[in-house]
Amino acid sequence: MSAVIPIQVDSGCADAPVLRERGQREVFCGLTGIVWLHRKMQDAFFLVVGSRTCAHLVQSAAGVMIFAEPRFATAIIDERDLAGLADANEELDRAVARLLQRRPDIRMLFLVGSCPSEVIKLDLSRAAQRLSGRHAGVRVLNYSGSGIETTFTQGEDACLAALVPELPDADPAQAPALLVVGTLADVIEGQLRRLFSAMGIERVDFLPARHADQLPAVGPRTQMLLAQPFLAETARLLEARGARRVAAPFPLGAEGSAAWLMAAAEAMHVPHARALAAIAPARQRAEAALAPHRRQLEGRRVFFFPDSQLELPLARFLARELGMQLTEVGTPYLHRQHMAQELDWLPAGTVLSEGQDVERQLDRCRAAAPDLVVCGLGLANPLEAEGFATKWSIELVFSPIQGFEQAGDLAALFSRPLRRRQLLAA
Amino acid sequence: MQLTLWTYEGPPHVGAMRVATGMHGLHYVLHAPQGDTYADLLFTMIERRSQRPPVTYTTFQARDLGGDTAQLFKSAVQSAYDRFHPQAMLVGASCTAELIQDDPGGLAEALALPIPVVPLELPAYQKKENWGAAETFYQLVRRLAPRTRTPRVAGAPPRCNILGPTALGFRHRDDLREIRGLLEQMGVAVNVVAPLGASPQDLTRLGEADFNVLLYPETAHTAAAWLQRTLDQPHTRTVPIGVQATRAFIAEVATLAGLDPQEAAARVDVEQSRSGWYAASVDSNYLTGKRVFVFGDATHAIAAARVASREFGFQVVGLGSYSREFARELRAEAALHGIEALVCDDYLEVEAAIAAATPELVLGTQMERHIAKRLGLPCAVISAPMHVQDFPARHAPQMGFEGANVLFDTWVQPLMMGLEEHLLAMFKGDFEFNEDAAPSHLGHAASRPEPVRVAPAGAAPADAAQWAPEAQRELDKVPFFVRGKARRNTERFALDRGLSRITIETLYDAKAHFSR
Repeated sequence: MSAVIPIQVDSGCADAPVLRERGQREVFCGLTGIVWLHRKMQDAFFLVVGSRTCAHLVQSAAGVMIFAEPRFATAIIDERDLAGLADANEELDRAVARLLQRRPDIRMLFLVGSCPSEVIKLDLSRAAQRLSGRHAGVRVLNYSGSGIETTFTQGEDACLAALVPELPDADPAQAPALLVVGTLADVIEGQLRRLFSAMGIERVDFLPARHADQLPAVGPRTQMLLAQPFLAETARLLEARGARRVAAPFPLGAEGSAAWLMAAAEAMHVPHARALAAIAPARQRAEAALAPHRRQLEGRRVFFFPDSQLELPLARFLARELGMQLTEVGTPYLHRQHMAQELDWLPAGTVLSEGQDVERQLDRCRAAAPDLVVCGLGLANPLEAEGFATKWSIELVFSPIQGFEQAGDLAALFSRPLRRRQLLAA
Repeated sequence: MQLTLWTYEGPPHVGAMRVATGMHGLHYVLHAPQGDTYADLLFTMIERRSQRPPVTYTTFQARDLGGDTAQLFKSAVQSAYDRFHPQAMLVGASCTAELIQDDPGGLAEALALPIPVVPLELPAYQKKENWGAAETFYQLVRRLAPRTRTPRVAGAPPRCNILGPTALGFRHRDDLREIRGLLEQMGVAVNVVAPLGASPQDLTRLGEADFNVLLYPETAHTAAAWLQRTLDQPHTRTVPIGVQATRAFIAEVATLAGLDPQEAAARVDVEQSRSGWYAASVDSNYLTGKRVFVFGDATHAIAAARVASREFGFQVVGLGSYSREFARELRAEAALHGIEALVCDDYLEVEAAIAAATPELVLGTQMERHIAKRLGLPCAVISAPMHVQDFPARHAPQMGFEGANVLFDTWVQPLMMGLEEHLLAMFKGDFEFNEDAAPSHLGHAASRPEPVRVAPAGAAPADAAQWAPEAQRELDKVPFFVRGKARRNTERFALDRGLSRITIETLYDAKAHFSR
């Protein structure tokens, strides 16, 4: 087992071939995004227009979170709706009226499209316009979370993209502002605000905002910093409104967070030394927190099944900061531009795959015999039963993992399954 | 369009998956969009199965909708066959694929595979999970079972099939062990258990049994009825949940098997049956007349209502089910308890009914567990849908004598035990047992009782009598765990008599009236 992983800074994976596969995909659809989006947007409600399957999916993904008064529901299409479209629109209006009557605190309502609603071509954007006019004080928007259009975290992209036209225009006379895009846990937002403030950046907005009446402004002086790697469409629409994307790796691990923050500092014209000084204590804490995990993970081999598009940044973090060896890194979708820095940082020779044929990928996984497999819940226990240690990937989307203070927790998510195996074997 | 927050049942193709996953040597190819694979995790996580469900999904995406989804389906069937070599296959469509109208049965037939391929028509916009399971099992049996019964060899023991247990069934694993043991003690041989644990080949041997034991009507009554019609195999009608039902089941099985009922019953080991004595023991006196609300699938709800009232001495104040297929049976049972059955799959309605019935114990599903937690009520789970904790590692049947033991422990444990209740009454002035101290087992919900948001039906606040301050003070002296009942009874008493003001006299008049 080699103690040091040679990293060729001049090669990386920028030009590496990517294995593109089509076949059965063991992934969630975009509806799942509702589970974390509704926690973030506190006065928003997500109404899926779909089938019983959609309701069942959201319920299964939300697990114990379907407690108390959830701010999501499904308008289940039944055979009467399938008979004629006019009827379906009336039915939807009735469902929305009933919902808003029950929840007068709701300020923003998302009509979320599903596979059935898209296949029958129910026009949810017209429904959203119609309903916005009818219910004063509630903004009704729509996006698609269907499986035929979106994979897992792409549901968030579609949701935030629907918000972009709603953002007010930034005052061109005002100083440039930083816009951090992508759902982050509240605790992380607070940490980032303090770090930006220490650098002297006071004008920082986050998208999504916690409340419907706090939507950030956007314009040609907006510097857009992506906090999540799955925001292709949102970024495109923000750029169309003049925002400029700050190229950066994603804020995972000590190194990734530092590079992400430094890229923001440079875009906001913060002197390099001041920015470095501002982040130095947190970075040191992060590096110290990573050290014990590095001892555990160094040299161990990891395999990623596609799930959230977080795979490349996570693999980079595991390889560079924890010394893990990458076998295959799968992603449901590879956005070359947004991933450019990550690809540069990945060790040369990493096998990258986009899309999935799950049976063939399982064959490759077994052949690679990794020490740790990152995969979805449908595969995790069966692979454990075959003798593989696994880390279920959905937790990486639900847990706070970004930024310096979470670097140790993020590493622990990967070291814990291996430690547990040792403990149970002993 | 139905506005839904929670759903008691999944779509019908999940029912088909429960049959396929319960069996082996069978593979299901499901025409479905990307994302429908979420259903796999119900089996791998909730039931903790160590293998992936034997299901291949076509996972089509928007770009496939142009026209080659039929080809996609065919190649998925072919490659699933090549990889898994099953004895038989199921093919069908999920809700979205139903709309795009490829014909899974026809497409699979065109491949001319050398095994039986059973097409499933599961109308996703009308039917639900349990129906899907029943239909799938029925189609498999119809396709694979022989058309005639094999006569029993002279001198051989009577034989039965056990029908109904599936993957993701509430306690199916342990019920099966319990009932199999019971049958063997009686001298009845078990021929085939299906779907759980059976292969398609096993289904071809269904005719070698004299009769069928129908454990779960929700998933197998269609198949059992067909076997009765076609093979002249009668099936049991008693679901052996509770001691009384288990005894009735033993008698019914003995009759179907041609055994002497008393002799067969005498062979059954009843040493392990403790719930009867536990319910009779003095500590259980405090269970008398406890108000219980029951909701679940029809089979478990009806059985629970019987056990609650006849074996444990509770009062059933609510009975409901989301199984519309068994509404008639449910209404008949509710009538025996002098109440009206609640047949609905809208959990808000169930919540309103629970709040209105003001029970002291809720027996229900995972959803009722949440509702009860919110209302600060004790609750036990008796039926699917359930969460991971209701697939326990330990043996925990609902059926048979051990099942009745489990029911006693499970239902009584969340209630205050008699001794605890007694202590509370004795030391109610004590600082640790004061009226605002919540019972520890109810957690935080009980310590901050939320106002009940759902007004009981018909109780318009304007008509309600006002409490005189001295009557209110007297009410406050009533021990807190019966105070709600006292308040309710007094208010109803006042309303019935058209009293506008509740005095101390009214309070005690009501107490006398209701204690009878």
